[in-house]
Amino acid sequence: MSVMNKLGEQAEFLDDRLTVANWGKRNLRKVFPEHWTFMFGEMALYSFIIVLLSGIYLTLWFKPSMNEVVYNGTYTPLNGIEMSEAYKSTLDISFDVRGGLLMRQIHHWGAMLFIASMTIHMMRVFFTGAFRKPREINWTIGVLLLTMGFVEGFAGYSLPDDLLSGTGLRIAEGIMLSIPVVGTYISFFAFGGEFPGDEFISRLYGIHILLIPGIILGLITAHMLIVWYQKHTQYPGKGKTNDNVVGYPFMPVYMAKAGGFFFIVFGITVFLSGVATINPIWSYGPYMPDQITAGSQPDWYMGWLEGALRAMPNWETVIAGHTISWNVFIPGAIVLGVIIQLMIIYPWLEAKVTGDKREHHLLDRPRNAPTRTAIGAMSLSFYMLLLIGGGNDVIGTQFDISINAITWFIRIGIIVIPPIVFVITKRICLSLQRADREKLMHGRETGTIMRLPHGEFIEVHAPLSENEKAVILSKTDITPLPWPEKTDADGVRDPSYKKDHRWARLSHWWYTDNIAKPTAAELATAEEHIRHSAAEGAPIIAHRASLEPEGGVLHDPAAAAAEAEEGKEPVGK
Amino acid sequence: MSEHNTSDVGVEGGTVEPNGDVALPDHHPRRTDFDPRAAKRAERQVTFLFTLSALFTLLFVVAYVQIPTDAVVPIPFVGTWSASNAALGVTFGLAAFFIGAGVMQWAKKLMSDKEVVAMRHSLASPQESREEAISEFMDGVDDSGFATRRVLRRSLLGAMALFPIPLIVILRDLGPLPGDSLFITNWVPGMRVVLDVTGAPIRPSDIPVGGIVSAMPANLPEIQHRDGNLNARAKDVVLLVRINPDEIRSQQGGTPEEPWDYEGVLCFSKICTHVGCPIALYEQRTHHLLCPCHQSTFDLADSGNVVFGPAARELPQLPIRLDAEGYIVARDSFQQPVGPSFWERG
Amino acid sequence: MRRRHRAAAPMLVLLTLALIGVLYAAAGSATSAQASSDARGANAELIKQGQQLFAEGCSSCHGLGAQGGPEAPTLIGVGSAAVDFQVSTGRMPLAAPGAQAPQKPVIYNDEEIAALAAFVASLGPGPQIPTDEEINYQDADLAEGGELFRTNCSQCHNFTGEGGALSNGAYAPNLMNATPRQIYEAMLTGPENMPVFSNETLTPENKRAIIKYIQHMDEQPDYGGWGIGSLGPVTEGLFIWVIGIGLMIGAAVWIGARVR
Repeated sequence: MSVMNKLGEQAEFLDDRLTVANWGKRNLRKVFPEHWTFMFGEMALYSFIIVLLSGIYLTLWFKPSMNEVVYNGTYTPLNGIEMSEAYKSTLDISFDVRGGLLMRQIHHWGAMLFIASMTIHMMRVFFTGAFRKPREINWTIGVLLLTMGFVEGFAGYSLPDDLLSGTGLRIAEGIMLSIPVVGTYISFFAFGGEFPGDEFISRLYGIHILLIPGIILGLITAHMLIVWYQKHTQYPGKGKTNDNVVGYPFMPVYMAKAGGFFFIVFGITVFLSGVATINPIWSYGPYMPDQITAGSQPDWYMGWLEGALRAMPNWETVIAGHTISWNVFIPGAIVLGVIIQLMIIYPWLEAKVTGDKREHHLLDRPRNAPTRTAIGAMSLSFYMLLLIGGGNDVIGTQFDISINAITWFIRIGIIVIPPIVFVITKRICLSLQRADREKLMHGRETGTIMRLPHGEFIEVHAPLSENEKAVILSKTDITPLPWPEKTDADGVRDPSYKKDHRWARLSHWWYTDNIAKPTAAELATAEEHIRHSAAEGAPIIAHRASLEPEGGVLHDPAAAAAEAEEGKEPVGK
Repeated sequence: MSEHNTSDVGVEGGTVEPNGDVALPDHHPRRTDFDPRAAKRAERQVTFLFTLSALFTLLFVVAYVQIPTDAVVPIPFVGTWSASNAALGVTFGLAAFFIGAGVMQWAKKLMSDKEVVAMRHSLASPQESREEAISEFMDGVDDSGFATRRVLRRSLLGAMALFPIPLIVILRDLGPLPGDSLFITNWVPGMRVVLDVTGAPIRPSDIPVGGIVSAMPANLPEIQHRDGNLNARAKDVVLLVRINPDEIRSQQGGTPEEPWDYEGVLCFSKICTHVGCPIALYEQRTHHLLCPCHQSTFDLADSGNVVFGPAARELPQLPIRLDAEGYIVARDSFQQPVGPSFWERG
Repeated sequence: MRRRHRAAAPMLVLLTLALIGVLYAAAGSATSAQASSDARGANAELIKQGQQLFAEGCSSCHGLGAQGGPEAPTLIGVGSAAVDFQVSTGRMPLAAPGAQAPQKPVIYNDEEIAALAAFVASLGPGPQIPTDEEINYQDADLAEGGELFRTNCSQCHNFTGEGGALSNGAYAPNLMNATPRQIYEAMLTGPENMPVFSNETLTPENKRAIIKYIQHMDEQPDYGGWGIGSLGPVTEGLFIWVIGIGLMIGAAVWIGARVR
């Protein structure tokens, strides 16, 4: 009790001023559900913190200047070479500051992890339908965070002013120039004149260390406050409903796990930075606009845009003395913009098509939303194809394939493969649903064959466990949007008929081939039947178990029979 | 909570909802829950992990002080690494990792693993609250007269719409206007073509058939950095190749009297017309020039036309001749802008 | 009783063949290592020996007089440097026609290569095999070599000389295993799709500087740890997804797993 009093005294100070007790009472035991896929967002958060911290160290030594200096330092192969101060200071960080190379590598590996974690986090959210009402706002914030991650990563990649940085910027300039009407002006304003000029790195620096991190921090804060406020979603299972949240209390379990995971992510990132090189800028050399290296690539998260640039046919039109470079403008500017916008509106689009206005806190199993899952898989295949295109030269040399062949494969594949992936994924989902229904109606297959008195062989089925049943039954069946009436009861034409009809058609397409969940009555009959079958089969299961050789699974036929009756797989010691 | 919310084993509409039995699955106690020795063991394990972490932190400091930045250490099978980087990364990384691992073992083995249930509450406010909020908002609007005093409102909106203009106008001095700078290069008639890097002038005999030379205008090395040496480099660099004259199918210009090549020596811009990467992967047998960035391929024996990839325009050719001393010079400037396309290019 | 697998007999034959191959290759390389390294100086005896070797190993494609054939270029006037490069890297004799002649185990020993080179050199003037002084790069300027390398070489061979893709299945090879003499000869003769870098535009001193830089890149430590093939961001991306995300997911699964 004395602890209570001591803590109480300290808490009093805060509570008198900030009412923390009220907040703490409500929140310290807040429940967080646990699942390994729920850690992806944490991975992203922690790698961002790591990148932020290591970035602060780097600012202490990095000089964002394009002034020309002559290098005379530790890395002898560059002695006497003219380079920008930015590049020189990056060399100094790498070779003269103790732990500087480590900080650089932590910063870069961490950045790659940040975006990779966001990507898998977003995939988890998408495929489980976690973006549905009420979490559409947080989905949007997530998309913006991913976009900001791209921009921030590209800015960071461009700062050291090595040969790869400069090549990336040159491509960025080419994309700016391709923007119709204002492209040339945008480029000249961005670079302070012609490319490369001597302004860009100091401009980019401010954006990289202040503007975008600020935006990302703000968005992350909002993202987490909303997660906290709305409470986390959970996977279906016994005892888990749309109205509750099952898991561990924030204090102490979740706090320990979250805090511990930060140190694990930190540890892995730092360890990798000690043993694996990333971006050896000294080997690339300083940026010179007339030099280039084979394998000039952006970091992986920009690879798909690079692939789009490579695979795009060489279309360009000249209208009335003005050039529009579709070959650059479409892959370089339009594709990214359109895809981000599609991602942002997706939750609303899906809700409109399904007509689903309910709150969802219980996650979907991907199979139970076949069309969404198929759209997701289709998009991933699109993304992967472009990513392959972005690395076609490395893939070409490593696997002895012609880059021209790869490019043609991407050009055709980008149109042909995603629809095929859509159809296959949807069919797989529907098959899994059918298997689920089968399980509900006939029980779980035990693998035990029984011969009936009249000679027929049947497989003994056991009832599902409560948990399995809860998981399968978590599927929410929603009926498609109703077909609209052309005229109302008074024979007046409905002006929005055409529009409504289109949405209804889309909605029916969405639910094509839906496997309906059994009705309560069907389920009751089925369960009765399964119980019967399992009881019939129980002795034989028990008998088989007793025949198991030494070290076998079970020795007590009675217990086996009892367990079979309960619908549990006989479990060994 | 919306009206459709799933609540009970629903017979509602004949569908079945999964949430009838809200009882959680039975809790299986862990060994540490009932065996004090196991709990003690877990405690020792966690303490050991924390101690390891502390040890690695100290090792980090030792490595920082002791290992010079230029020391390298051979690692079997993977090469030779900087000893400092590897030691600092491994020690610091493990120091962090073992804290995480220790905390995690603590949480998993010694903190309660009984799942608890909390109820969710409707996110939507009750209807009265909504109505109240709206009416209060409308009271405010009425009080301000924002809705009724139209002129006032419009003048405010007008002023607000104009207000950001200075923020945009002030960006004007970010850079000069493009003018015709994308149309011009340092190549003027008579400008010598000299070797990139070394700056030496070039005779046609220096380039054998199948040869390639990275080159630049003779005045480029004299342009100071502050006067835009790099900007010039980004536009002016060229490639000289020599192709057997019989194999040259076409060129971008020239007459028999004033050819653009010199006995099979051709000069092309080194800047890709796609997005401007320097392009120099020259395959001398096919006369193809490939861009390493996006793999646009140009046929130098055929006017530098695009044969593959995303580039839309041929690589600009620079007409050349010899000067009095027999060195290669530009016969004329580039006849079209070099580098990527842009709106004003036409 | 255990029965032998159906494929046992063919596997045994294959294994034996492979073993013979390995032994043969080992024996071959042993002899070439013993052979004298200085086999330049084209005398009549050498040319004669070379002609004989040429007739046996090369003439089926290049013709008895080295005048070339439908599938093979003429060798008159290519010089001894080209022969030395092609044969000492194992590119010639060609095993099968393709986009590009791959590097293979070397078939001829140094003496035989010298003889072949002498024979081809006798057919017409061409670039000579560089002398030891010509390729003595020890005093060359490393930084200038880097500058020249990035201007003239890295576009195809990649910034560390690891090689890269060309069009239609062709490629620029990895330079890390090439000897200084082979690098010099390649610049001088422009094998396959590689352009020629004549001694006028890339002076012998420049060439030595480039060789020094390439040798340095080969010996240079991977300061930051494992270099993941020095292929740039593609392999880095692969690494972070497989190892980085892999480790973290492993940790996440461990955290989420229940303890017994």
